[in-house]
Amino acid sequence: MTSEHWRPSAPIDNLRRRAEILGRIRSFFAHRDVMEVDTQQLSHRAVSDPFIDSIEAQFRPTPESPAQSLYLQTSPEYAMKRLLAAGAGAIYQLGKVFRNGEVGGRHNPEFTMLEWYRPGLDDFALMDEVEALVAAVLPGFAPERLSYRTLFERELGIDPHRASLTQLQAVCRNHLDADFEDDSRDTWLNLLMSHVIEPRLEGGVFVHDFPASQSALARVREDATGTRVAARFELFIDGMEIANGYHELTDSAEQARRLEADQRCRSELGLPQRPLETRLVASLEAGLPECAGVALGVDRLVMLALGTRSIRDVIAFPFDLA
Amino acid sequence: MANYSANQFKNGLKIMLDGDPCTMTDVEFVKPGKGQAFTRVKMRNLITGRTWEKTFKSNESAEGADVMDRDMEFLYFDGEMWHFMEPASFEQYAADKNAVGDSHQWLKEQDRCMITLWNDNPISVTPPNFVELEVTETDPGLKGDTAQGGSKPATLSTGAVVRVPLFVEVGDVLRIDTRTGEYVSRA
Repeated sequence: MTSEHWRPSAPIDNLRRRAEILGRIRSFFAHRDVMEVDTQQLSHRAVSDPFIDSIEAQFRPTPESPAQSLYLQTSPEYAMKRLLAAGAGAIYQLGKVFRNGEVGGRHNPEFTMLEWYRPGLDDFALMDEVEALVAAVLPGFAPERLSYRTLFERELGIDPHRASLTQLQAVCRNHLDADFEDDSRDTWLNLLMSHVIEPRLEGGVFVHDFPASQSALARVREDATGTRVAARFELFIDGMEIANGYHELTDSAEQARRLEADQRCRSELGLPQRPLETRLVASLEAGLPECAGVALGVDRLVMLALGTRSIRDVIAFPFDLA
Repeated sequence: MANYSANQFKNGLKIMLDGDPCTMTDVEFVKPGKGQAFTRVKMRNLITGRTWEKTFKSNESAEGADVMDRDMEFLYFDGEMWHFMEPASFEQYAADKNAVGDSHQWLKEQDRCMITLWNDNPISVTPPNFVELEVTETDPGLKGDTAQGGSKPATLSTGAVVRVPLFVEVGDVLRIDTRTGEYVSRA
C-alpha cells in the first residue's frame, strides 16, 4: 500500500469524457422518446442463469434480527419486463449491475449497463438502433452483420449447429490447450467463440441467429435453412463483447420452463439454488408486448471511445480500490 | 502441496503440469456475458523453458509446485557442477548444466545469484542483472577512436564473448547487462 492508494485509477480527464458519453446516451433516448427508468438494484429474487452469480446482501428488519438474503441485480431485465407488461412502452435504464467473481482486464464486479426495450421491434430492427447509438459515441461506426453459423464457417470451417460434441472438442484442442472434459456442446462453442473467434474480430460485428441452446430469454425461430435458432444477437467491437440483444420471449409457459431448466442445471453443477423470479412469468402471462431488448456494457463502450483496453482507465475506483 | 482452484490463479503462482513445475506469467479472466467463465493463463515450464497459453474452466484446480527463489552466492565450478551457498544458513546447493543453462557465462565467484529450487533442487540460476568481468582477450585498442561507433569482440574471464567499443583493452573490467548480454561501460 502506498500513500497514493486513495487515488482513482482513471485520470479525471477520462472521467470527464465518460460523463460526456453518458450525457450523449441520455439525449439519444430523449430524442427518440424512450423513457428512462430506474428499477431496484436489490431484489428478493435472483437471476436464474447458471453462469451468472448474484452477490447476496443480508437484510435485517433490526440489527439483531436474523438475516434474510436479498440479491444485487445482475441486470435490470426482469424488472424492466414487468414494467413493459404494465404498459410502460419504450424504456431504457442506465445504471449499475453486479456480478459475483467477475474481476479482470475487461471485468469489474460492479459495472454500468445500458439496457433498453422497444415494443414493436424485432432483433434486426433493434440492431439498427444499437448501431445508431454506438455511432453517436464512436463516429464512423459501421459494423458488419453475420450469422453465428456464417462466422463459424468462415473462421473455423464448421457448422456450429450440426457439429458433434467430439468435433467441437477436436477443433478446440487444435487451437487451444484446454484439456478439461465437458459434455456440453455450448461450453466448447463458447470456448471457440471467446478464445479463437473473438480475438480475430476487427471493427464492429453483429453476430445473430445464435444456437437455440443459447437462447437465454430470446424467442426461438427457424432460419432460412430450417434450423432452430435463437432470435439473439451480440455486438463485438475490436474483439470485445459489447452488447447482447433478443427478440424477447413472450410465452409465459416457455419462460417458466426455462427458469426451471436453469434451476435444474444449477443443481447438477452444484451451484446455489436461488429464488426464481416467478413475477416475470406472471407478467408474461398478463401480456408482455412483442418487443426487442438489448443490454450494452457502457464501461467497455467508454474504453473504445478512449482507446484503452483496461476497464481501470474508465472507472474511478475499480474493485481493489473500491 | 496445496491445490489451487482457477479463481485463485495469479501471476507468479507455480503449479505442477504433466510432472513439471510451471509458473504463471499472465492470468486473464475470460467470461462471455452468457456462458461459462474461463481462466486463460500464460504458462512457462520451469524445466524446459517452454511458454504457452492454457485455458482452465473456473471450477478446475491444479496442484501447487514446491518452488521457491533464493538468493545465493556462487562458490565455484568443479568441471561438472556449479556450487552455490545460501549465506545465512551456509547451506550449499549444486546445480547441473540443465539448471544453469546460458547463465554460466555470467557467473563470477562470490556474486549473488537467484537460484530457483524445486523440491529443494536447483532448476534454474538467474545471474545478477549487472556483472563486472575482466577482459582476457581482444584485439589491441585503437587510440583516439573513442568517439567513433565501431565495435569488436572481447572474451571475458568467464569465457563469455561480448561486443565492446574499440578502445577496450585486455585487463579492463567491464560492466555487462546479463539480460541482454551487452556491454554497458568500463567499471
